[in-house]
Parts: sequence; C-alpha cells; structure tokens
Amino acid sequence: MSDTAVQPSVPAVDKLVIRFAGDSGDGMQLTGDRFTSASALFGNDLATLPEYPAEIRAPAGTLAGVSAFQVQISDHDIMTPGDAPDVLVAMNPAALKSDLHLLVPGGTLIVNADSFEERNLAKAGYESNPLEGHELDGYRLITAPMTSLTKGVCKDLGVKTRDAERSKNFFALGLVSWMYSRPTQPTLDWIDAKFAGRELIIAANRAAFAAGHAFGETAELGHQQVVVNAAPHEPGTYTNISGNMALAWGLVAAGELSGLPVFLGSYPITPASDILHELSRHKSFGVTAFQAEDEIAAVGAALGASYGGCLGVTASSGPGIALKSETISLAVSLELPLLIIDIQRGGPSTGLPTKTEAGDLLMAMYGRHGESPLPIVAARTPSDCFAVAIEASRIALTYRTPVILLSDGYLANGSEPWRLPDVDSLARIPVEFATGFNHVGADGEPEFWPYLRDDMLVRPLALPGTPGLMHRIGGIEKQDGSGNVSYDPENHAHMVAVRAERIARIEVPDVEVVGDPDADVLVLGWGSTWGAITSGVRRLTRVGHKVAQVHLTHLNPLPENLGEVLRRHRKILVPEMNMGQLVKIVRSEYLVDARAISKVTGQPFTAGEIEQVTLGALDD
Amino acid sequence: MTDVLGIATTDVGEVPATKRSDWQSDQEVRWCPGCGDYSILTAVQLLLPELGVRRENTVFISGIGCAARFPYYMDTYGVHTIHGRSPAFATGLAMTRPDLDIWVVGGDGDMLSIGGNHLIHALRRNINLNIMLVNNQIYGLTKGQYSPTSEIGKITKSSPIGATARPFNPVSLALGAEASFVARTHDLDRRHMQEVFRRVFDHDGAALVEVYQNCNVFNDGAFGDITRKDVREDMLIDLRHGEPIRFGKEQQFGVSRRPGGVQIVEVADVGVDALLVHDETTADPSTAFSLSRLAEGPHTPTPIGVFRSCPRDEYGHMVSDQIAEVTDRRGKGDLAALLRSQPTWEV
Repeated sequence: MSDTAVQPSVPAVDKLVIRFAGDSGDGMQLTGDRFTSASALFGNDLATLPEYPAEIRAPAGTLAGVSAFQVQISDHDIMTPGDAPDVLVAMNPAALKSDLHLLVPGGTLIVNADSFEERNLAKAGYESNPLEGHELDGYRLITAPMTSLTKGVCKDLGVKTRDAERSKNFFALGLVSWMYSRPTQPTLDWIDAKFAGRELIIAANRAAFAAGHAFGETAELGHQQVVVNAAPHEPGTYTNISGNMALAWGLVAAGELSGLPVFLGSYPITPASDILHELSRHKSFGVTAFQAEDEIAAVGAALGASYGGCLGVTASSGPGIALKSETISLAVSLELPLLIIDIQRGGPSTGLPTKTEAGDLLMAMYGRHGESPLPIVAARTPSDCFAVAIEASRIALTYRTPVILLSDGYLANGSEPWRLPDVDSLARIPVEFATGFNHVGADGEPEFWPYLRDDMLVRPLALPGTPGLMHRIGGIEKQDGSGNVSYDPENHAHMVAVRAERIARIEVPDVEVVGDPDADVLVLGWGSTWGAITSGVRRLTRVGHKVAQVHLTHLNPLPENLGEVLRRHRKILVPEMNMGQLVKIVRSEYLVDARAISKVTGQPFTAGEIEQVTLGALDD
Repeated sequence: MTDVLGIATTDVGEVPATKRSDWQSDQEVRWCPGCGDYSILTAVQLLLPELGVRRENTVFISGIGCAARFPYYMDTYGVHTIHGRSPAFATGLAMTRPDLDIWVVGGDGDMLSIGGNHLIHALRRNINLNIMLVNNQIYGLTKGQYSPTSEIGKITKSSPIGATARPFNPVSLALGAEASFVARTHDLDRRHMQEVFRRVFDHDGAALVEVYQNCNVFNDGAFGDITRKDVREDMLIDLRHGEPIRFGKEQQFGVSRRPGGVQIVEVADVGVDALLVHDETTADPSTAFSLSRLAEGPHTPTPIGVFRSCPRDEYGHMVSDQIAEVTDRRGKGDLAALLRSQPTWEV
C-alpha cells in the first residue's frame, strides 16, 4: 500500500461528494470522519454533514437505523457538503433503499454484497435483491463482499469472527481511499493511537483497511482511480474543526482574553453535549464544567458563578433553553453577564433531536416573560463558532447582559478546515469590577450604588468579597441607581426603557453586501444557511446574474446600516430553516417586502435549492 | 479572597469586630407584625458578630417567598433570585468562590416544592452552603394555599375541604438525600436557634436546618402544640450528642430503640441505661431517620437540635482539587497549543 496519493498518472476531478451510509452499528460516522481527516490533511477544502438517527441502536438492518455521513472535498473553496453525492457507499440494503435517491444519475454506488441476504433485504422492504435486477443500471455499481473478505484476512490474525465483522467499515474506507487517492498513513496512525493497547483490534482494522485498499487496486472495478487535488488555501496552519469543538475552544479563549475563569453549567442534551464534554477536558485553563441536575440548575449555577466574577455559560438545545427562560429573565433584571448557547434542532418538543433546524430565533428574541431584551448572535460555519463564542462573551462581559448564541445541529457536528488564528492577535476583553464607592448618600457618607450607570447605561459590578461595597440585588424591580426595591410606577417605566435602550446601544459592526450592491434581488440570511446561500448566489453571479447577499451575525441589536441596505433592493429573499422568523423581524423593523424561503425537513439547504429560488425571483 | 479571581482584597490580618447593627441593612423590614421571621432574622444578626467573619465575605441567597426577603435586611452581599432556584444559583457561586460564607434562605414551598430538585442535589453533592429551610407549613406570600409540608386535611384557600397530599418531613427528606448535616430548631427559642445556626456555619459541606416558623396570618399556631413555653419541656426532645435522649419537665421521658426504629419511653419503666445515646456522627443515617419519624406532625413530642453531622468531602473542594491537580500535571493551559491539539497541516 503506497502513501503517495498524488501520482501524475491519476486524473484529477475538481470536487467529490461522497456519502457513507449503513446501519447505526456499522461505524459510518467514524468512517466518514476518517475519510474527512485524511482529506483535510491532504489539503482539500471540505464540508461535512453527519446524519444519524436519534436512537443509539435502532433495530439493526431497518430503514430507521440508517446512519450516514456526507462529505464534499474539493480543490477549491467550498461552503457546503454538496447538493447530491457523486458516490454512495451502502453497507446494507436499508442504506441503499433510504439514500439511493440522493445519488446523482450515473453516480458511483459501492455496496457490501454480503449484507444483501434475505433477512436484510426483507427488513429494508426489498422483495428481490436489487443487486440482481436492473434497478441499479443507471449507476456505476461496485459490489464487494466486504464482510467475508474482512473475516478472511482477520482469521489468520486470531481475531474472533464477531470482532472481525466489526472491522468491515475499514474495508470500505480502504477501498474508497484507493479509489480517490487518499493518503493512508493518517488512518493507520489513527488506528494505532485509538486502539492503543488492544493489539488484536489494531491488527484487524489495519488488515481490513489494507484489504479494502488492495481490493480497489487489484479487482477489475471498471472504475478509473481519480484524485481531488489540494485546494489553494491561504498560508497558515490548518486543522479540521467541528462547530461544537470550535465553540468550546472559543469559550476557553474568551476566558483567557478576559482573564476570568470560565464556568459552564450544562445538562446533557443532543446536539449540545459535546460542548460539556470538551470543556470538561480543559481544567488546566481553570475551566469548571458542571453537569447540573437539570437545565434550570445549569443556568442558575452559571448565573451564580457570573455573580461571583466568572464568565458564566450554559449550553443546551431548544427544549433546555425553554426551561432556562425564567433564569435568563433574572439575568436581564440583575444585569449580570451570562452566555446562553442554543444548539438548535428540529422542534417542537423532542422533535428531531439529531436533525438540524433554526426554529429558535423568535424564542431567543421574545421567549421570556416581561420586557426582557437581550443581544443575540449566530454562527455561520463550524469554524465561525470560535469567533462568535468570543464575540458573545465580549458583549456579555462588556455590557453586563445575558447573550444568546445560536448555532444548530448542522454546524455543531459538521466540520471544515480552519486556518488557526494567531492567539496573540485576538482582542482582549477588558473587564473591570468596582472596588470603591460611587455615590454620596443623603447623610454625606459615601455609598455603593449597584445600578448607577455609565454612559453606555452599564451598571458597575462589585463582586462579593469586595470590602465596603456590600449590597443586595434581586429580581424585584429596583430603583435605578440605588438598586433598592421599588414599586414606583414611573421608576418601572424608566427601568423598562433603560433595559431596552442599553441593549439597543450595543455596538455591532455594519453588514457587508456581497455581490452586486445594485442588484434587484438580495438574499438575506443568518446562521448555518451561509454556506448554501453563498454557493447558490455565487453560481448565479458567475453566469452574469445580478444578485446581492447579506448574512447576519448580530440578530439583536441589528446592524445600524441594515435598513438602508435592505431598502436598496427590490426583492429580499430570506432563506431560513424555519417557517420564516428573521423575515418577521425585518418586516416589522424596516417595513420591507421580505419573503420567506422555508425549509423544515431537518436537513440544511443545498446550494442548488438557493440557486433555484433566487433564479425564480430574478425571473418574476 | 481566594486566588480564583486573582483580586487582591483585605483578607489579611484580623477580622474587625462587628456588632448587630453592622449586619442590619438600611431597608425597612416588611414582614407582617408578629411573623416568626423577625426572630429568625434577629437570631442571625446577633450570631454573626460572634462568628468572627467579614461582612463582605458573607452572602445571603434566597428564592421567592416571605422568608426569601431575608437578604434585603442583611448588610452583606445578597441576591434575591427566583422561586426555587436559590440552591442552584448558590451552587455556582460556592463552587467558584470557596472564600465566601454562603447562606441560603427559603420557605417550605420554595425549597421543597418548586425547588425540591435543587435542594436534594445540593445536599447530595455536599456543596458548602448554610441552608435555612424556614417551614411554616403554608404558602404565605400568595396568601394561604397548602404547601408540601401542610398536613392532610388542612383547610386552605386551595383546599377548602382539606388537603389530600401527604406532607414531606423535611428532616427525613434531607437525610434521605444523603445530607451530611441536618438539624431542626424553632422560632420561639433564640438561644437554641443561635446554637444550631452556629453548628450550621461550622459544618464544611451542605448543612440544612429546618426552622419551625409561625405564620400568624395564614397558619397561626401550627407549631403551638410543641413550641409554646408552657408545653415545650414535655414536647420538644432536645438532641445532645453523646447524651442519652431525655425530655420532660422532670426528664421523665426518653427515647429507646425498638425493632425497626425508636420509641418514646418513660425512664422509670426502662432505666437510664436503656435510653438511646445520641450520636450525630454515625455514618449510617438509619437512627437519625428513625428519630425524624418520632412525631407524625408537630403535635406530639418532636426532636430538635442536630440529627446528623457526619462530615464528608465537600463538592466544591473536590472540583477545585481536580482543576489544581490537572493544572499541576499538565501545566497551565496554553491556548495556542490547544488549537493545535488535533492533527494540523501547513499551507
């Protein structure tokens, strides 16, 4: 097996979309992840889409149990995991049945022939074996007896049959690694590190991987080996990063930049739990990751830690954010920094825990009791989660307010190459706590007034433990300035206005218009739709259409120039993975004729979908 | 102050002497005249000067309810949070600020109904909190509905023909939740309250004290059968560590073991040697639990004092020890190195 992936004789293609599909127990997420890592190290640009069922182990062999991982690799800048796979790896009949319709006509279909036996065919609802009929005639079919070949090579190693069978995903990985000229060494190194100490498993996986690779090299597949060359990236050091990992690292960075210990209060929930897992590993940064008894305790403890001088953070998904709502309102009233991370998923209720949606914008904006405005920011790509976590922390700490950060399941689990920032160039987040009196009382004695505001309407924060500045705060309405309990009607009206105004005054950067600033049609987006919108718009502008694009990071307050930008365009399209939430906000805020483009299938938009609807708008 | 935040304060040298008035805020106390909360507040404000602690290092955290107004009246740091959540808020503060003395004050509705989950988990974790559960067996602030400690048959606005739910026994509940310190006192005996509150303060870990408190507006006399001066000696069983459990005007009654629990006996019948000697420190909470079940409600002889004081590792220390241990082993975290902790490649 040679590790030299790029051989001059191998023809190149500019991009490849490959989808690994199999039973939940077949290790498809791992296989896709390994293929991705090898491609990242090879220098491709890439974007991934893991899709798996909510059940840990749905009944084996059924359609409900199909787990898939789609990745697009390219020799140029891409933003999405691809509209449709060029290659589908189907490890069992159910995977073929559920995902074949996604494959491009004439695409390459790689199947594990061993699994196409009576029982599995019946479970997938096939009356006859599709490998023996004509229904796959429109595809380039490659069948390999992956299970039996894997068992065969493992037999001599003394690996038990059951363990050997579990290695068949490495056979598939070896085969596609040959077909698409992936470097093999990263995968072999990974196997050695991952299974260190379990020599038999290392041997089995290595043997299966080598067998798959050899199968590609020697079997007459009728398939030309191709390569996807490295993409021209800006010089720098790169790593492949998922959204949740980038978000967790952004929180660690925000702690370093502000000089405050990070306290994460969290309760396990899909797809946010990885943030808890990752931060639990970084104790040497002084990070406390607290797994609370419930979502309410998680945010309560985070707010308590903020009160004590930490950067208090809580991370969850929609159902958990709903539970935290009362405490978030308390944070609005106490005017304490707090970061609330919502990794959105399909709703309402339990909904689609493992599928993506962006249905929580209006909850973030309005989903609290009373008038309780707060800033909202949203990440647009997996790596952007790093920068947005820092930005959300900056707003929370600078303006002493709870901030909601919106991500979603697509960003959380998807990954892309990320050029590592120079950590010394990251802007520090200066935080000052009160250490002295700020007011002279009626009796002429100096006092500390916790709600005596600065020009930006930000109140001073005196940490418990600071001598002389003892004071009481609470959720009851308080007198502006002194902070004492006040039921005075005029004061309440004043405080409601101040709480709104201090959020409105938060400085956020203007939006930038991408594309033609005089275009008829503007596509306005937020969150993870960025990749599909950018690709879709780019396809149209490349062939001469006039289209502009604006993508929002700051959803509250909105950028100051947004209204003026929107009014410059005759048609405003707002693609969202919900029934039209941002569109409601911009229509009410700016009285513009913005139109909703909705997708609520639990899957992200494809670039093709954006291209089509935008083309339609250009035509009317 | 701790080095957690690296803020230099005056936490060196002697703690200045304080008097009661130093602990009183300038806010007018607004409980109903005659409320039992006044005497609890007084007991705390008189005790704190004796503890040799700094006002700035003392924090009162509360939820919602009459008792939860407590922080406003203390000239310390204080947060009046939301209904039921004070143990959660206090947990985050205690985990990150071990330098602070944190008191959590709440009523039976706040701590046992809406906030029951947070209370049991704070006790289970053994987080360093001084928890005062002020029990008046009624919802006072919402003007008189039955609470999770109201007796079956209780007539209230929301139970006009009698409450049907069995009440919690807060001491039993706390013992069942693995609490390392559980005590009970009542609002008519300031000396006893102070003695117990001092023990709560001294305990490293979660310490819960149930305070029987009279709500003279919505549940007047709920504890009168046992706390009135004229009946107290025969109705309150004052638990004393290492002493035989005895009570009564003439110390004529006692508590002895019976199969499966404990019972009230006449000393003359069984002899002093047959009495149960109270041991707060027994790891097995069974005897303390049996003592908590001696009285069905506050109408028959009822134990007060410290049921259990059995120190174990404090949660916040365990968490910060892990952080310190990992930091020692790996060195202080380096952000640039973290970003390079997965496979990387150069372009």
